[in-house]
Amino acid sequence: MGIPKVSVAILAATMLLAGCATTEDIAKPKPSGPNLDPQVDANPFPSTYKPLPSVATALVGATIFTGTGQKIDNGTILVKDGKIESVGANLAVPSGYKTVDARGKWVTPGIIDAHSHLGVYAQPGGSALSDGNEATSPNTAEVWAEHSVWPQDEAFNAVRRGGVTSMLVLPGSANLFGGRSVTLKNVPAITMQAMKFPGAPYGLKMACGENPKRVYGSKGSAPSTRMGNVAGYRAAWLEASAYRAKWDAYRAGGSKGDAPTRDLKLDTLVGVLKGEILVENHCYRADEMAIMIDIAKEFGYKITAFHHGSEAYKIADLLAKEDICVATWAGWWGFKVEAIDGVAENAALVHAAGGCAVIHSDDPILSQRLNQEAAAALAAGRKIGLNISEAEAIKWITANPAKMMGILDKTGTLEAGKMADVVIWSADPLSVYALAEKVYIDGALTYDRNDKRFQPKSDFMIDRKAGGTE
Amino acid sequence: MQRLLIATFALTLAAGPVAAETTAITNAHIYTSAKNGEISSGTILISNGRIAGVGANLRVPASATVIDAKGSIVTPGLYATGTNLGAVEIELVSETNDNATSNQSLSAAFDISYGIDADAITIPVARLGGVTRALVTPVYGDGEGRELMFAGQAAIISLANGASPVVKPRAAMVLELGEAGAARAGGARGAAITALRADLDDVRWFASHRGGYNNGGTRELRLSKQDLEALLPVVRGQMPLIIGVHRAADIREVLKLARQYRLNVVLSGAEEGWMVASDIASARVPVMLNPTANLPGSFEMRASTMDNAARLDKAGVRIAFTNSDGGHRAREGRYNAGNAVAHGLPYAKALAALTINPATIFGDNRRAGSLEAGKQADLVIWSGDPLEPLSEAQAVFIAGEAQPMTSRADELAKRYRTLNQPYPPAYKN
Repeated sequence: MGIPKVSVAILAATMLLAGCATTEDIAKPKPSGPNLDPQVDANPFPSTYKPLPSVATALVGATIFTGTGQKIDNGTILVKDGKIESVGANLAVPSGYKTVDARGKWVTPGIIDAHSHLGVYAQPGGSALSDGNEATSPNTAEVWAEHSVWPQDEAFNAVRRGGVTSMLVLPGSANLFGGRSVTLKNVPAITMQAMKFPGAPYGLKMACGENPKRVYGSKGSAPSTRMGNVAGYRAAWLEASAYRAKWDAYRAGGSKGDAPTRDLKLDTLVGVLKGEILVENHCYRADEMAIMIDIAKEFGYKITAFHHGSEAYKIADLLAKEDICVATWAGWWGFKVEAIDGVAENAALVHAAGGCAVIHSDDPILSQRLNQEAAAALAAGRKIGLNISEAEAIKWITANPAKMMGILDKTGTLEAGKMADVVIWSADPLSVYALAEKVYIDGALTYDRNDKRFQPKSDFMIDRKAGGTE
Repeated sequence: MQRLLIATFALTLAAGPVAAETTAITNAHIYTSAKNGEISSGTILISNGRIAGVGANLRVPASATVIDAKGSIVTPGLYATGTNLGAVEIELVSETNDNATSNQSLSAAFDISYGIDADAITIPVARLGGVTRALVTPVYGDGEGRELMFAGQAAIISLANGASPVVKPRAAMVLELGEAGAARAGGARGAAITALRADLDDVRWFASHRGGYNNGGTRELRLSKQDLEALLPVVRGQMPLIIGVHRAADIREVLKLARQYRLNVVLSGAEEGWMVASDIASARVPVMLNPTANLPGSFEMRASTMDNAARLDKAGVRIAFTNSDGGHRAREGRYNAGNAVAHGLPYAKALAALTINPATIFGDNRRAGSLEAGKQADLVIWSGDPLEPLSEAQAVFIAGEAQPMTSRADELAKRYRTLNQPYPPAYKN
């Protein structure tokens, strides 16, 4: 006689709940009051990231793109304690360093994808793992992408094989305020916290244009127009400003009496107003970007980057002046009206105007080949006479994304003292034939194309016959 | 003998036709995609829109217009498959999408060729990427109560600057099985294949009872008359039947079906094709695939790999490349081919998958797909290796005509090349 399935499930759930309420929790109730102040514990999901084991290593004889716009022939990189010790031509290798013969190879900083949905739209697709868009309200600043990240997404391994060592994982663009982004180091891990980039700031995903007005307009609710979008941003910033003032007054009064009611949504917005959280703004059209810049000025925050920014080239001078990065593609355009003026020359034109150009993916396939996308963007620029070196173009997928993620002081270039996030390529990385042969993250060999011991695969893939190296 | 630089030549021809009867492209590094293989330094003669000769030591007629390729690589024009070129202007503007119908009574009969726009903005962009010919394929317009078997019929177009892009309408029938097919058939693969068999049986019956059908003396048939008519060349094995399928087990079922019904099947997708490569090869079934599709994007493609193209080729399967997006990114087909080479596919095979293979699969190889005497002169002169993103097409010829080397997108970029002028860019015309 079998027990009906439903009963088992209920029983299990009951036991689980009972198990959770330990006597310890009951005995020590969390004090109310000060701990509810958003400033007291601003980091409730702290990084537990630890670099993989590493040894002092010398990469010798490669052509190096430093990520600072320099190219070094026959260069050497010394790595120690997970950090870059020195970079240069013909450096002497100290004794005790493991020497990697990189003659005939090319070396770049680890590739950084400034627009990723890995883990939040994990492989395989489908509703079970579709966790990237909390499309239930136009303002969901309270959601955090990190709470959707599934570390077993096989795409993490795939993009590492393409040289990606860090990435910005963003919520989707259905909402005016989509929620917080999370910056990850691309290491295989069991928990999200173990991938979390130590010390990286949070970002707030905002979205302009067609997406929010389509998603909510089609439900018969606001916003249904671009002017509705703008009213939504402004109302939210007003609310956040008032919330901030309320907390400031409470703290100025010695944090006595009833604390203001804590609001997760407004906590994030206030983080932006204080300059602690970066603004990562999905926006295609030049005219809309100009309006977003004015809104930022009205409420006293800074836009860190426009994402996609298909028309950035039309206002490249303004974006350079405002120090706003543009994360874009070479090949994607025309899939919707606001992307119809997308041009392959976009990144090169932004760069030529003195701005911060970034090549991003927004796609787990493209993320595996950001080097090739940068090459296509460079070729397009050269075709219209923009004289940009390969060494400069490499910045679009290394230093510049690091800048727009607030981690340029830690990674993104091959400079002494930075995290040793390094890729050895089989050929010039702007060639379609270049393969990432070795990927180091914090000095640790994390992927090796020629050594099975360093070819991680996710739990999801464990019973799958590998097609080959990838 | 008139000698012109490539760039000058393209500009001249863009302005109007050239009087000279014969054009000679000399000093070219030629990849023929034909028996001649690679010719490290040779000449291509073009006359009346056709290739008059290809070789290392051709005599150039005195009256010929000579283009000195200066050692540049010349390939056949690229042949894209799985595109929506001319049938979709902007995906998210449904009024501009003519690659799918939700019409309840049209399935196999849906004919994409009537909706091709010669002036589509995607066409010049693809052409600048070296694409001169393309298969335009319908997709399913699934809707409430419209869970029909076939997506419709694909067409072959030429990307020549001009008014009549369709060169072969009704070039192939399109069908999906696997998860998508199962969903349309009521949620199971067994239902999809059973329903497909029933439809194919009906078409066979219809083929031999057309008179009775027209007189009303017929048993009940699931498909409309238009659908039955459209499927006649499919059951006769004349029209290629493109079947979208991904899982190794599903590929095996399709191969069985193809054998039993003697269908001219082309697999599309086939991410797990490498697992059954020898079966596909011995069935002589060609495969359209995207060589960059290496993620387990669904439960039916958990064994996707970058090695798929190389392994299928090694087993003897004829492959053609599709792109990551049907129209706007059709220009990226050459990079995808380069990635297949980086993962073990021989270079000449990659080029074949971009040129002669799709032409052969869709019965267009007498006119297109390779640089051989007698074929239409569709060719591209490249600034470097065509599979490299850093290379550009320097000149594109279709049926011997030099094509304009610009697009709306390029004109936009040039318009904003210098900002902050006294008058807004709208005055730059």
